[in-house]
Amino acid sequence: MTKAELVDKISEKKPNLTRKQVEVVVNTVLDGIKDALSREDKVEIRGFGSFRIRHRRAKEGRNPKTGEAVSVPPKKVPFFKAGKEMREMVDGKL
Amino acid sequence: MTKADIISEVFDKVGLPKQDAEELVEMILDLIKDTLKQGETVKLSGFGNFVVRKKNSRKGRNPKTGQEIEITPRRVVSFRPSMIFKEHVIESPKTE
Repeated sequence: MTKAELVDKISEKKPNLTRKQVEVVVNTVLDGIKDALSREDKVEIRGFGSFRIRHRRAKEGRNPKTGEAVSVPPKKVPFFKAGKEMREMVDGKL
Repeated sequence: MTKADIISEVFDKVGLPKQDAEELVEMILDLIKDTLKQGETVKLSGFGNFVVRKKNSRKGRNPKTGQEIEITPRRVVSFRPSMIFKEHVIESPKTE
């Protein structure tokens, strides 16, 4: 399922709203999560899961082409952990 | 940030009645969950992809007792953030 399909499905169920309005809501939700993580806040959605930042330490890397050693700076990456209900649902227990 | 904060944000920024905002946020989350339940990938451009991965059975250990146990095969959700999401997180300096 793509974002466009998600918007379509919700629009069908909510005939009082335009497709555009639904699209704006979907984007607002996703942007809200992105913005929270960039403030290093975490997002916890019960039954769904949580989004947080994981810190990667600086490390020595290598250019795979030349074999040259390069230093990779520390970085932050978004991380998602599925909540209990989501885990059990996907694993077929619910 | 919790689901209630997300709903408030939708209410503030989109200007929908609170009840609609709440209903829409729930629908979005439920649709993503139901799609993953079917084993189908959810691709949200600019955000990332939720993918269901199959894990084979493997040997594990109870860390408390040291007893060896069989971890059953299972399906798990993994989230792969898009480049846009990754860059967004790296480039914004911490504000608080």
